[in-house]
Amino acid sequence: MDPVLTSHIREPNGHTLEAYLRRGGYSGLRKALSLPPGEVIEMVKASGLRGRGGAGFPTGMKWQFVPKDSPKPKYLCCNADESEPGTFKDHVLMERNPHLLLEGCAIGCHAIGAKVAYIYIRGEFYHVQRVLEAAIEEARAAGFLGRDILGSGFDCEIYVHRGAGAYEAGEESALLESLEGKRAQPRIRPPFPAVVGLYGCPTAINNVETLCNVPLILTHGPEWFASLGPEKNGGPKLYCISGHVEKPGVYEASMHVTLRELIYGYAGGIRGGRALKAVITGGSSTPVILPGQIDAQASFDGLLKAGSMLGSAAIIVMDDTTCMVWLAENLLHFYRHESCGKCTPCREGTDWLLKILHRIEAGDGSMRDIDLLLSVSRNIGGKTLCPFGDAAIAPVVSTIQHFRHEYEAHVREGRCTCPAEWREMGNRGPGARA
Amino acid sequence: MTFHPEMRYEEGLHVSRRERRDEGEPFAFTPENRQRLEAIASHYPPEHRRSAVIPALYLVQDQQGYVTASAIRHVASVIGCTEAEVDDVVTYYAMFFRKPVGRYVIQVCRTLSCALRGAERVAAELKRALGVEVGQTDPTGTFTLMEMECLGACDRAPVVMVNNELWHECQSPDQVGAMLDGLREKGPAALTGCHLEVEKKRGPAGP
Ligand SMILES: Cc1cc2nc3c(=O)[nH]c(=O)nc-3n(C[C@H](O)[C@H](O)[C@H](O)COP(=O)(O)O)c2cc1C
Ligand code: FES
Repeated sequence: MDPVLTSHIREPNGHTLEAYLRRGGYSGLRKALSLPPGEVIEMVKASGLRGRGGAGFPTGMKWQFVPKDSPKPKYLCCNADESEPGTFKDHVLMERNPHLLLEGCAIGCHAIGAKVAYIYIRGEFYHVQRVLEAAIEEARAAGFLGRDILGSGFDCEIYVHRGAGAYEAGEESALLESLEGKRAQPRIRPPFPAVVGLYGCPTAINNVETLCNVPLILTHGPEWFASLGPEKNGGPKLYCISGHVEKPGVYEASMHVTLRELIYGYAGGIRGGRALKAVITGGSSTPVILPGQIDAQASFDGLLKAGSMLGSAAIIVMDDTTCMVWLAENLLHFYRHESCGKCTPCREGTDWLLKILHRIEAGDGSMRDIDLLLSVSRNIGGKTLCPFGDAAIAPVVSTIQHFRHEYEAHVREGRCTCPAEWREMGNRGPGARA
Repeated sequence: MTFHPEMRYEEGLHVSRRERRDEGEPFAFTPENRQRLEAIASHYPPEHRRSAVIPALYLVQDQQGYVTASAIRHVASVIGCTEAEVDDVVTYYAMFFRKPVGRYVIQVCRTLSCALRGAERVAAELKRALGVEVGQTDPTGTFTLMEMECLGACDRAPVVMVNNELWHECQSPDQVGAMLDGLREKGPAALTGCHLEVEKKRGPAGP
């Protein structure tokens, strides 16, 4: 499949309105504005577009849930928080193709009847915020945003809202809290944001990559879109490949692609020709899988079958020098730090998981600790308001499932049995418990 | 009662995280910053001015480097909410500083993709070179060292951010001294930038 989302991203000045218009930009918006909102939603539904933020929920259906007859204003929120570890695709899209996102936001607003869209961007992406704001200025000046867009009578404003460093702000209801000027903590659902969202008004929340696909559907048609990938997994997909590969980066492919093709083809194989040990397929919140499973199709449904998830399509590759206890410890440091503190199982549980992992990795663990990790995990999984809790235990449960022997070796030998030269070993290396 | 029967809380694990807030100099926005804030606040419905709390706190940091108790009171009065509501936000988000920081806040990503390519060693080298622990400022007041979680540029690991907005990519542990010297001598111009900025300097490379 030839890239469509990222076809021109290496062109100098490819991010400008002029370049975008030369590529046929904003024709999707023109088309959308000539149709009633319901028909735009039908087109998106027919394309089979599924959310690219993590859950893979059908976008058209999400838009349809926004009540048409509500007297309240409606909002579109673009989730540009991109903080799932291993994910950096929205970064590239916004930085190099900002008008595609703006066009997607405007079409989304038209479809759900919103006049305002907020792009919630993570605080660390200040450089990207400036690119987006410059693009918004360009689009307004050219009549693609603002009042009476293209003479259709449709008004739409897009604002960029900068977060300030919080992973949980990417969770959709926590994102709304953060946008309202509060701590990013999830809300109890129902009611769902489609009905009671931002400022208590009907709100659609979509990921950056999801919205970037919308203009393509309008321009090329839903059939074209669906035909790009396997059934129910249509459209182009961006994959973020990082870790121990020769060429880490963002790669665009159809979801027919397999993990093997992505890792050994696109990303050039394992760094230094070493052996593959494990792969995370959809960001740190998805279970670790083994080399034997990399012939799985890297689609929503393909990876589910392989025992993991497509998630945010963040593929993190580990070679044979990687200690799996260390990996779980590294990620639990992340989850402990980022737990928003609202639900007790997650707030307390991630703290305990990290402590236990730390003592096993440092060579001070006991065999019982391994089962204790699983027991604590069971007290978190499914017991929280948002899926953060399930995400946090994925690295622990899946590494114990596949690499229990490695945990046991740490306990038996009283040290990290898999030290690597790229780590800072401190007092964990051979002979740690001398 | 504990969260889990085998988790013993009495082992001195629960230290109160409450710190006394720094009162600081009396704070008010400069007229320019106040104007910038009002421009941002106009993006939200007037009855939802509270949405501008995070932007207001960034302006506080622009103006005086970190967030003091006096600044929190000022933000609350300008936004029209309570101090506790502002404090809630300040204490939650990782990018707000509650203590004075050095001229350059070095924010090293420590999460998996960066760690797989040497981020632990980058952090260790920085500690050694600056003689500080994470969270501390060196004696000259030039550098504060922080650890961050995944910054969203994992293909350029290990990634370092400076002052919440400048980026430096592919930082090898052996080149930490060079980065610090560069900052001392040339300031932010010594940083590589990230992705696009790097390509603009070097011309497009592979993906
Ligand atoms: C803890 C947590 C963090 C999340 N972070 C992000 C994120 O950074 N970006 C994102 O687009 N979605 C994130 N999501 C998913 C969102 O909740 C939501 O499903 C998504 O934005 C919906 O957009 P989509 O339907 O276009 O995928 C996160 C979910 C959870 C539970
Ligand atoms: S892990 Fe460091 S930027 Fe993602």
